[in-house]
Amino acid sequence: MIEPSAYCVAALLALAALSVSMARFGLVRALIYAASGLVCLALLGIGIASLGAGVSQMRLPLGLPWIGVNFRLDSLAAAFLVLIGLGGAGANLYAIGYGRHEPDPGRIVPFIPAFLASMTLVVLADDAFTFLFAWELMSLSSWALVMAHHREEGNARAAFVYLIMAVFSGLTLLLALGMLAGPSGGFTFAAIRAAHVPPATVAMVFVLATIGAGSKAGLVPLHVWLPLAHPAAPSHASALMSGVMTKVAIYGFIRIVFDLTGPPTWWSAAIILLLGGITAVMGVLHALMERDLKRLLAYSTVENIGIIFIGIGLAMAFQSNGFMAGAVLALTAALFHALNHTVFKSLLFFGAGAVLHGTGTRDMGRLGGLINRMKWTQFAMLAGCVAISALPPLNGFVSEWMTFQAILLRPEMPQWGLKIMIPVDGALLALTATLAAACFVRMHGITFLGRARGEAARTAHETDACSIAAMLIFAALCVLLGLLPGFVIDGLAPVTVSLLGGHMPTQLGDRWLSLVPVSASRSSYNGLLVFLFITASTLIVVFLVHRFASSAKRRSAAWDCGFPDPRPETQYTAESFEQPIRRVFGSLVFQTREVVDMPSPGDMRPARITRFAHDLVWEGLYLPLAAYVGSTADRMNVLQFLTIRRYLGFVFVALVLLLLGLALWQ
Amino acid sequence: MSEAASPWLLLAQLCQMTIVMALAPLLTGLVRKVKARLQRRVGPPLVQPYLDLRRLMLKEVVLAENASWLFRIMPYLILSITWVAAALVPTFATGLMFSWSGDLIVIAGLLGAARFAQALAGLDVGTSFGGIGSSREVMFASLAEPAIIMIILCVALIAGSTQLSTIADHMANGEVGLRVSLALALVGLIIVALAENARIPVDNPATHLELTMVHEAMVLEYSGRHLAMIDLAAFLKLLLYVSLIGCIFFPFGIAQSGSGPEFYLLGLLIYLMKLGVCGVLLGVLEMSIAKMRVFRVPNFLGGAFMLGLLGVLLLYVSRGM
Repeated sequence: MIEPSAYCVAALLALAALSVSMARFGLVRALIYAASGLVCLALLGIGIASLGAGVSQMRLPLGLPWIGVNFRLDSLAAAFLVLIGLGGAGANLYAIGYGRHEPDPGRIVPFIPAFLASMTLVVLADDAFTFLFAWELMSLSSWALVMAHHREEGNARAAFVYLIMAVFSGLTLLLALGMLAGPSGGFTFAAIRAAHVPPATVAMVFVLATIGAGSKAGLVPLHVWLPLAHPAAPSHASALMSGVMTKVAIYGFIRIVFDLTGPPTWWSAAIILLLGGITAVMGVLHALMERDLKRLLAYSTVENIGIIFIGIGLAMAFQSNGFMAGAVLALTAALFHALNHTVFKSLLFFGAGAVLHGTGTRDMGRLGGLINRMKWTQFAMLAGCVAISALPPLNGFVSEWMTFQAILLRPEMPQWGLKIMIPVDGALLALTATLAAACFVRMHGITFLGRARGEAARTAHETDACSIAAMLIFAALCVLLGLLPGFVIDGLAPVTVSLLGGHMPTQLGDRWLSLVPVSASRSSYNGLLVFLFITASTLIVVFLVHRFASSAKRRSAAWDCGFPDPRPETQYTAESFEQPIRRVFGSLVFQTREVVDMPSPGDMRPARITRFAHDLVWEGLYLPLAAYVGSTADRMNVLQFLTIRRYLGFVFVALVLLLLGLALWQ
Repeated sequence: MSEAASPWLLLAQLCQMTIVMALAPLLTGLVRKVKARLQRRVGPPLVQPYLDLRRLMLKEVVLAENASWLFRIMPYLILSITWVAAALVPTFATGLMFSWSGDLIVIAGLLGAARFAQALAGLDVGTSFGGIGSSREVMFASLAEPAIIMIILCVALIAGSTQLSTIADHMANGEVGLRVSLALALVGLIIVALAENARIPVDNPATHLELTMVHEAMVLEYSGRHLAMIDLAAFLKLLLYVSLIGCIFFPFGIAQSGSGPEFYLLGLLIYLMKLGVCGVLLGVLEMSIAKMRVFRVPNFLGGAFMLGLLGVLLLYVSRGM
C-alpha cells in the first residue's frame, strides 16, 4: 500500500505548486481545496486498509545518494495516516466555504496541501534524513500559515516564537537520530533498529526526543509557542495544527521511544508521567482563564496532549516492568485519545472559525446569545464541547475511561517512583477532566447562550453550508466513536501487536458491542447501551410529562429573583465565571491577585478591580533565557569590529583546536 | 459479562428503575420531616415532595423571553441522565441485567453530564443569578469530581474491579475487613455527597437568600413542569448517593447475583431500612452544623480529594492498608 500513499503525497505537492499561481481565482481555490480533500480521503482509506495489512516499503533515488529516500508503511504509520487523512479531509471541506472570504488567499492556499504532504511524509519516512527533512518542511509550511495574516497584531511575534521553537525541536531531533545512527552513519531506521546502542546513549536519545517531539506537541514547559501560533493561523489551518500536527509529533515520539530504541526504562516512564500530568492540568487551567476563543482551544490542545502523554507514560511504565496487558491497554487508550482529539478539536476550531467569521471577533467578552443566530454552529459545537469534556456517551469519555482502567490495573509496581507517580497521575487526570468540563461550560455558555454582549454578537450571521457540513460530520463522528469504540480498538490492535507484541481483547465479538479492557469481571462499559438507556428514559419522561402534566406555556420577562436588569452587561462574563476557580487554583499556579480600588464616599473616580496573573513558565524560564541570549549577543558584538589580522588569528586558533580535538579523539 | 440473561434479572432491573424513581421524593420528605421535628416544628407530611411535584406539574411554564431550545430540553435530559445513573447503582440486588453496561466511573461521568447540562441551562437566560449558580457549581464540581474519582480508584483497588456489582459482592463477602483506606474513602464520599446534593454545610436546599445559594440560583428561572423535573432529578441524586454509600460500605443484606426472588424481597426490605437510617442521620447532621462560606467549601472538598488520594497512595504502597 505504499505506492498509493506516495502518489497521494505527490498529488498534494502538485496541488500546492498549482495553487501558487491560481489561488486568486475563487472557483479554482474551491477546486483545489476539494481536490486536496479528496486526496486526504484517499489517505484515510489507505490508512484504514493498511492497518492490518503488514509492512510495505519503497526506496526513491532522491536525497543523499548512499541512503536514498526510504518510505515504509507499517501499522503505526497507518494509524497516524488515518488521523492525517481524517483531519485533512475535514479541514479542506471546511475551507471550501471558509476560504471564500479570505482577503489574501495566496498566503494560505498553497501551504495547506504542502502542510498535509509534509505531515504524511513524516509518518511514512523510514530513514533519519527523510524524517528530519519532512519534519522541517512541516514546521516551515505551518509557519507560513501562522504568518498568513501577518498584519494582525501579535501574529508576527507568534510566528517568530514558533520558528525558534521549531528550529530548536528540529535540532534536538537531529541530535537524537544522529546519536542513534552512531558514528558509522546507519541512517535508515532498519539499521538503527538493528544497531546495538549502549544504554547511556539510549537515555540521551530519550531526553532529546522528549524535548524535540514534546516541543512540537506542546508538552509543558515547551508549550509556549502553541497558544500563540495556533490561533494566529486561519481557522482551518489552526484545526490542522492542533488536531493533526501535534499528533504527528506524538508519532515521532512513539516511533523513537517504542520502535527505534529498545524497551523503555522505568525512570523515563516516570518522567513522561510527570510531564504528562503537569501538562494536562496546566493546559486546562490556562484554557479556563482565556477569553480568546482560539487561544482557549489551543490551551485545551496542550491539556489533551498531556492526557495522551499520560497514556504513553503508563504504557512505558508497564512495558519496563514486563506487564504487557497493561502496556497494551494504556497505549491503545493514548492512540484512541489522539484520534478523539483530532475529531473534536478540529470540530471546535471549525466552530471558532465560524464564530469569527459570523461576528468578526474571537473575544468571548463581546459575544453571547449566538444560539439564536448561529443555530447549526451552536449545535455542532455543543457536541464538541460535551465530547472534549469527557462526558458519556461521547468519545472523549471512552479514551479517558480506558486510561483510568490502565491506572487501576496493576498497583504492584516495584519502583517507588512509579508507585507514587501512577496514582498521582490518576488524580491529575480526574482534575483535568472536571476542569475541562468547567472550561467548556464557560466557553459554550458565554459564547452561545445568554444575551448578546455587543453589536458583533447582535448582528451575527450563520456560516456557509460547507463549513456547517464539515462541523456536523465531525459532530456525528464524536457520537459514533463514543457509541462504537470497539471498531477503533480492534483497528488499533495491529499497532500494539507490532510495538508491544500483544493486543487488547477483541471487542467486536462481544455481546452488545460493549467495551472490555481486560476481563469482564473487572470492568466493562457499553456506550451504545448507556445511550439507548438515556434515550429510552428520556422518551418515558417526555411521554409521562406530556400525558399528565400541564402543557401551558407563557413567555415573560426573566424572573431573576425579582430584579431583572435588561442591560446585557449585568450578565455573568467569562471573567466572572472563572473567578471562583481562579481563586481556588490560580493563586498557586498563576500567582493571581485581585486589587480592589474602592474610592471613599464623595470621591468621584470610578471603583476598579484589577487582576494580576503571571505565566510562571514564560516569566521564569523563557524571559531569563531570552535576556541571557541578548546580553551574550551584546557582549559578542565586539567580534564584529575586529581587524582582518585578528580574524585570521581566530581562524588559525580554531583550526589548531579542532585538529587537537581530532588527535585526542583518536 | 454477567451470566445468561433471565427474565428474573430483567424484571429486577425494571423494578429497580421504578423503585428509585418512586422512592426518591420520599427520602427527601423524610429528611425534611426529621429536620422539622428537631426544630420542634410539626413539619410538612412525609409525602409533601410528591404533592409539590404534582402541583408543579399542573402549573403552566413561564419562560423568559430569550430562553432558547436548550433551556427547554435540558430538564428532560437532566432527569433522564440522573435516572439512568441511579438505576445503575445496586440498591437491593447486585448483578442485575444491565449492571455491566456501566461501572462506577460511568456513573460519575453521567452525573457530570447532568451537571454540565444544568450549568449550561443556568447560563441560558443570561441573568446574573443563573451565572453565579453555574459558576459556583462548576467550581464545586472541579473539586468534588476528582474526589469521587479518587474514592472510586480506592475502592476499585480493594475490590479489583470498578464494576459496582462486583464491588458490592466483594464487600458483602466480608473478606475485606477494616481498612484505613476504606475509612478514608467513606469520609471522603460523605463529604462529596453533601456537596453534590447541595446540602448543608455546602449549600442550603431551603434558602432563597441570594448570596448563599448555588443550586437554587442555577434553576431560578425554571417553573412548572420543568422545575418539577429538575427537583425530581435532585431527589434522585440524593437517593443515588445514599444507595452508593450503602452498597459499597454497608452491603449487608443485598441480594447477590443468582439468588432467588425471596432474597430480592429481603434485600428490598433491608434497603428501605438503610434509606430510613441514612435519611435520619442526614437530617440530624444538617441540624447540627452551620453552613459555611462559599470560599471555605473548596477547602472542605479539597479535604475529600486529599483523603481519596491518600487512600489510593496507601493501597499502592501496601495492598493490606
